[in-house]
Amino acid sequence: MQQFNLLLASLPDGILLGFVYGLAAMGLTLIWGVMNVINLAHGPIIALGMFSTFFVYSKLGLNPYLGVVPIALLGLLFGILIYAVAVHRVINAPHLSSLLATFSVNMIIIGLGTAALTTSPYNVDFFAGSLQLGSTTLLGTRLIAAFVTLLFTGGLYFFLYRTRPGKHIRAVANNRAAAELMGIPSTRILALSFGLGTMLAAVSGALIATFFPFNILSGGGYELKSFVIGVLGGLGNPIGALFGGLILGMLEGIIPAFLETSWVPVIEFGLFVAILLVRPNGLFGAKK
Amino acid sequence: MKLWNQYRGLIAPVLVVALLAVWPMLTGKPANRESAFTILKAIALASSLNILLGYTGYVSFGHIVFYGFGGYVGIFLLSGMGWPLWASILAGGLASGLLAFLLGSAILRLRGGYFALATIGVNEAMRAFINKFDLFGGPTGITLNFSVYKAYGGAAQALQTSFYIGAALALLALAISYLVRTSKFGLGLLAIRENEDAAEVMGIAAPWAKTWAYVLSAIVPGMIGVLFFFKNGNVEPGDAFPLHASIELLVMVMLGGQGTVLGPILGAFAYQGMRGYLVTSPVFKDIQLSVSGALLLLIVLFIPAGAIGWLRQRVPLLRRVLA
Repeated sequence: MQQFNLLLASLPDGILLGFVYGLAAMGLTLIWGVMNVINLAHGPIIALGMFSTFFVYSKLGLNPYLGVVPIALLGLLFGILIYAVAVHRVINAPHLSSLLATFSVNMIIIGLGTAALTTSPYNVDFFAGSLQLGSTTLLGTRLIAAFVTLLFTGGLYFFLYRTRPGKHIRAVANNRAAAELMGIPSTRILALSFGLGTMLAAVSGALIATFFPFNILSGGGYELKSFVIGVLGGLGNPIGALFGGLILGMLEGIIPAFLETSWVPVIEFGLFVAILLVRPNGLFGAKK
Repeated sequence: MKLWNQYRGLIAPVLVVALLAVWPMLTGKPANRESAFTILKAIALASSLNILLGYTGYVSFGHIVFYGFGGYVGIFLLSGMGWPLWASILAGGLASGLLAFLLGSAILRLRGGYFALATIGVNEAMRAFINKFDLFGGPTGITLNFSVYKAYGGAAQALQTSFYIGAALALLALAISYLVRTSKFGLGLLAIRENEDAAEVMGIAAPWAKTWAYVLSAIVPGMIGVLFFFKNGNVEPGDAFPLHASIELLVMVMLGGQGTVLGPILGAFAYQGMRGYLVTSPVFKDIQLSVSGALLLLIVLFIPAGAIGWLRQRVPLLRRVLA
């Protein structure tokens, strides 16, 4: 019975967190799907998103959610910049090159970030009310974050399936050479996709900042979670990533009710390797 | 003369390691011995990784898992079971080799990015598991009792001995790397790197060859792990499975030139030297990570074959001496 109560308290929280995990993973998996690049600069970009929220809330004194749209735009531009500088030259090279190129971007951001912001924790002390359902308390910040995630997922879906640049992105993901023959400017589309992936990472960071204290290194943990989620949902399948995020969030809600919390990473990464082996295309299939 | 021709490529690598081994003795400073040990360790790890990364073309992002796992097994035997150092080192290497064999049979089926992701997952899962594993001390790890060093003539003498064992292990890694590179087995690995499907059609048993390449690349890191943690006096999950160290190894291999024997040695040397300089320089001290990152980016973008690979492409004469 006690376990049941614990479950009731931690499961909804885990699910709401799962939405935001899913948003972060969506960025990673979009980039993978379109250009077969694992973006190892994903974590630091999430951390930069967190600091943007800190800046908006603590320095400008505004509501942190007002920052989401400008942060998204900045993330988009930043991603296009990273693509142009670091990724474009190695887009056709073996995997190792693009992995190391994005990892060097990771090192540059972490290095400058550590020098400018130190590694001591920052905190966005924002309270958006809470909702009481029986014995379960849902925090307002998490509900809003889940809502923003749904908005972005819907927006991404609409963009990919209903607009011309979105269709171009799907065409390039499907077969870059054929898309080029059809007159699609593939370089611009690749840059745009990288920008979108970075944007989603930055927005997820901006939302996570309202939950937990963070520093410039905090993005790393979410990057690893994004890998796990990406594989759960199928690498290259952005909508699958949202479901993957929810599954991971649920696991994080369920496991602590039965085992010690420190077992969570063992199970997460074990599951990750197992799924890679059994179903490398994820539970919901890869690229759609 | 024939012998000379056969082992010509081994001269430069062995010379580098031999110089590193005698350098502290000539200068007589313990600090030099420590920096030389760091470089020798990097050489041994990078050369081992090169067997998988450079020859076979599989990117392992979590190669440090073998260093940590072998180290844990060895230190456990040394401190808990009272095994001597040499037996613990051997056991650590064997344990890592066995782990690689079991893992390899499973995850080497994955290709490209999927394999890279799986190795990250393996490293993180292992770290999280050891953190919960009470036999290996859980989150606090294992601390060696100081009396362990008595059998090796006290702590100072034990450090000295460890240094020479480190040099020997670096030589062992080189020898394995060279023998693989020049053997028929190595030729098969190179074929897998270029095109795995075509290699299989040509009669190479790819799963078998890949698994053994993985095992060979795991043994020396396991041994080095035991030696390092013996020298260190304790082993903790955070020190044993640092993901960033895996990536530093990749950088070393890339810097020097993947797929060559001398490349990883040069890369290990250059990377450790550069890091030593950046950390102590007043200008770059705070942003040393960014400077390393920018350098890495320049190398990846403009000299993807690494220093030795670039030299081999430009100066055909050097191909005879630079393996």
